[in-house]
Amino acid sequence: MYDTIIIGAGMSGLAAGIRLAYYDQRVCILERHTTIGGLNSFYRMRGRDYDVGLHALTNITPKGTKKGPLARLLRQLRISWDELDISAQLGSDIVFPGVRLRFDNDLDLLRAEVAREFPAQQDNFEQLINAVVDYDDLDESHQAISARERIAEIITEPLLIEMFFCPLMFYGSAREHDMDWGQFSIMFRSILMEGLGRPYAGVRLILKLLVRKFRGLGGELKLRSGVERLMVEEGRVTGVVLESGEVLHGRRVLSSAGWPATMRMCDDGAPVISRSSGNLSFCETIATLDVQPKQLEHDRAITFFNDSADFAWENSKSPCDVRSGVICSPNNFAYDEPLAEGTMRITSLANFDYWKNLDEQEYQLEKLRWYDRITESAVQFVPDYRNRVIDTDMFTPTTVVRFTGHDNGAIYGSPEKQFDGRTHLENLFICGTDQGFVGIIGSIVSGISMANQHCLRD
Amino acid sequence: MTTGEIREEILDILEVIAPDEDLSNIDDAVNFRDQMELDSMDFLDIVMELRKRHRIQIPEDDYVQLASMNSTVTFLEPLMKDIQKV
Repeated sequence: MYDTIIIGAGMSGLAAGIRLAYYDQRVCILERHTTIGGLNSFYRMRGRDYDVGLHALTNITPKGTKKGPLARLLRQLRISWDELDISAQLGSDIVFPGVRLRFDNDLDLLRAEVAREFPAQQDNFEQLINAVVDYDDLDESHQAISARERIAEIITEPLLIEMFFCPLMFYGSAREHDMDWGQFSIMFRSILMEGLGRPYAGVRLILKLLVRKFRGLGGELKLRSGVERLMVEEGRVTGVVLESGEVLHGRRVLSSAGWPATMRMCDDGAPVISRSSGNLSFCETIATLDVQPKQLEHDRAITFFNDSADFAWENSKSPCDVRSGVICSPNNFAYDEPLAEGTMRITSLANFDYWKNLDEQEYQLEKLRWYDRITESAVQFVPDYRNRVIDTDMFTPTTVVRFTGHDNGAIYGSPEKQFDGRTHLENLFICGTDQGFVGIIGSIVSGISMANQHCLRD
Repeated sequence: MTTGEIREEILDILEVIAPDEDLSNIDDAVNFRDQMELDSMDFLDIVMELRKRHRIQIPEDDYVQLASMNSTVTFLEPLMKDIQKV
């Protein structure tokens, strides 16, 4: 009998597992996939290491900072700042036709950039910062306000509004066209006010650190252990049945499988709140270069781009929406030593249904076709690196499903979140993407806070 | 445990919770929240550490007693007087 069974060995499940195992619970994490990480994972192909998910960690505050999500999660997981081995970004930018806003981990750069490109908006920008800082994460009533309505009261230049939405939506909006004001505020602080960083070894460093901690505390991790169903008796979950037929009993279950998937696992037949799974998914191209991007005069960690004055955040009508995207170069962080090879990754919105319905041969061809189109669009905004490419890979919405099990390959899950993590069963809780926080730091905080609120105090 | 030993034990717990914190200048009369910026998650950790180490159960209504070093030690004295320091 386990004290807590956790479904999913992604960031949130591992973080929750560490909290519970630290306080002497018997904990088992069940992962359907052959590897850990979920949306944020890693693999090796043709002798090269690749990251999935991670572009950069958000919320990067300097060592010794006591406030904010990063400081909080380090304390809660008993991890020292140095163990994460984070290097700050060299700088990033948001680029629309004719306008470029640079930013880094010091808000003064973005202030100066806004003043240069939009002099009339300087005071409004300060007002926006104050409004965002005043937002209280724990006050859920703020969540439901439309960010578009709120920001239009403060910023009067539509182009600047679109330029703020572009990075914040790409890094964390499950909703089409708009964001909740709460989510907007959290993302604005995480990305534009605190900043971006990356461990030299990428996401594998973070995942290996979390697994080592979890196992060191006596936690059990089972890979290739998909949950077939949750056993329910009289309003309580009593355990899980694995796809192999094995049965595990637990006093409670914490699921990071997503709200709809978790509800489908319950075998009680009770009517549950149905909820959209979300439909925003991504394709990502990955190019390995024979030079460092800096030698091509590209020194940005992240470039968010959009090819017109209007930024569309919606389920892609074509296989990939190449009008906008995120260009990430993991080389452009302040490491002590450069990474071995240059890498350029480009993320764009993609249509899950299109990619899902291709047969294997078409799928391979379409990957090649859209790799080229995405890259062609991106090189309008960064130096053309196409003649320096020595290896490529690409993931699509169907790859996301394989790694995460989340419906529709929805990167940020359902547009409606379950902030308190509760379900119709008194000892079944959810954490991760559909609970409310996104991104690596957000997922870890989600796992920690759901473990604290629901799994520790009895 | 004596009053002094309880204080040492709390310092030890704070060091585990906030390893980057300098605890040598802690003012026993001032709220932890104000001098160390501890949040509600950290207070839960103080409670959980006491439970893990000494099997002491502190009901949620009593968390307010853990505001400062002085109030914490006063609150814990009757609960910890029979515990042997190891």
